[in-house]
Amino acid sequence: MMIAAIAGFEFRRLFLSPLAWIVLATVQFILALLFYMLLSQYLQQPALYSGLGLTEIVVAGFYQSAGFILLLTTPFLTMRLISEELRTGSIRLLLSSPVAITQLVLGKYLGMVLFMLCLLGMVSLMPLSLMLGTQLDYGQFAAAVLGLALLMCSLTAIGLFVSSLFHHPAIAATATFALTLLLWTSHIAGTNSTGAVAAVTNYLSTLRHYNNFTGGMFNSADFAYFLLLMLTSILLCIWRIDSLRTHHW
Amino acid sequence: MSNKILIEVRNLSRFYGARCAIEDISFSVNRGEISGFLGPNGAGKSTLMQIICGVLAATSGSVSIAGHDILEDPVPAKRQLGYLPEQPPLYPDCTVDEYLYYCARLRGIKRSQVSGSVDISKQKCGLDGFGRRLIGNLSKGYQQRVGIAQALIHTPAVIVLDEPSSGLDPNQIIEIRELIRDMGRDHSIILSTHIMAEAQNICDRVLIMHQGRVVLDKELGSLQGTGDQQYIIVAFNEPPASLDQLYSLDGVTNIHALGNNRFRISCRNDPSLASVIAGTAAANRWGLCELVAESESLEQTYLKLTRATAGDDNGA
Repeated sequence: MMIAAIAGFEFRRLFLSPLAWIVLATVQFILALLFYMLLSQYLQQPALYSGLGLTEIVVAGFYQSAGFILLLTTPFLTMRLISEELRTGSIRLLLSSPVAITQLVLGKYLGMVLFMLCLLGMVSLMPLSLMLGTQLDYGQFAAAVLGLALLMCSLTAIGLFVSSLFHHPAIAATATFALTLLLWTSHIAGTNSTGAVAAVTNYLSTLRHYNNFTGGMFNSADFAYFLLLMLTSILLCIWRIDSLRTHHW
Repeated sequence: MSNKILIEVRNLSRFYGARCAIEDISFSVNRGEISGFLGPNGAGKSTLMQIICGVLAATSGSVSIAGHDILEDPVPAKRQLGYLPEQPPLYPDCTVDEYLYYCARLRGIKRSQVSGSVDISKQKCGLDGFGRRLIGNLSKGYQQRVGIAQALIHTPAVIVLDEPSSGLDPNQIIEIRELIRDMGRDHSIILSTHIMAEAQNICDRVLIMHQGRVVLDKELGSLQGTGDQQYIIVAFNEPPASLDQLYSLDGVTNIHALGNNRFRISCRNDPSLASVIAGTAAANRWGLCELVAESESLEQTYLKLTRATAGDDNGA
């Protein structure tokens, strides 16, 4: 119950600042442009994509770009979650309330995830609109949507944790971006290596796991990767807030 | 009012690294008592308040609220607790109603009762008609009221107020003090302040803190007038050549000349003594022109206790 109260408040508060609206509008606008480009390219030169269907080109391409756009925007959404409470001291309200820290962190997390799911619903309307004119591969579409949802949840969890480390939202945003970009591209570090190093850098790469989903493949290893990211970040966040009581801040 | 102990603090210490913010503090607060923590900046008041409310953990020692340990058993303890930190924990982008609804839910009030609690706390804090105003647009005084409304919304047994009147103008200070005095009827209140008049005005009991320790813990009544000693300051137009006659009065222990024909008479605390002195002065035609009874005030006590090593201001 407490979690729902905190999540609801966080969700509603997001819409009180222009930031959420701007993010919704920008993401929608950029993705609409990309969607239009992908679609018109496919329509003009179908020969280029011999043997590949609309879903594989347009839908998969669309969700791949959406993943990258979210990598860029999530830090701005999550930066305030905890850092601002630390800066203004309003965290004291939460810490002096009869709320367990786990409930507090989960509430904040779920409030932001709810917002992300709205964003997911809005952008997914674009590929869904193809239903009007053609037959989509619903299996691949569902995998891509699930992949984006998992990516959003993981980025939010990381952003939440990083936000609890700093007193300034801008620093939290920068650090979140640095961390998520590092994970996103970690496979590049392993391009010239083989064996264990390559395996680790490939496994860590968010892009690799995400692309499996957009390609229409549901692999439990990819699913576990995102789940691990979320769990680790949330646990670290709980641990960090708990430690605030013993440290000076 | 039952004498049940609501707050019990035992041997509390807190270190920030090697620096000691509070050291071995123990006290208890009964139901319906307003206790004031008085002390210079950096005496450790805010740290103490935060530890009592479970925001900071103590390095050693324990705090229990209504019988629940704040660290072992935090949820039931915090249910009995309202806290106004030094900076009110507000969300400036919310309206007063939105904020108080959220606080009510956070404090564990049932959804069906939230609306009623919000209305009652707004009414108590003089916020009727402010429900739809944005907190960020309110004046400092009203923001402080919202902060207090938040602390009492769940009618906790204990309310902790950290510098409730800082940054307010004199009218607002008077209003907030009245509010606190009102609240003191139903709740136990701990407040911190560095304003003497405030403690004198609203508290039943004063604890003076200095450099992380409680150096004085007294019922306010005993500081004002009911002590063993009082001072009477007199001024004469034609002072007697010898003060023997004054010394011979029953209860007078010492007389100290202050210059300009003024004298400070140390004497037993006896309300009739002032009129005896006036009578003696009139009978001897000393031209009595001033007579002020002066008990050892809170201010003097405070200065005596905290001045010795003042200037060591590390920030709370």
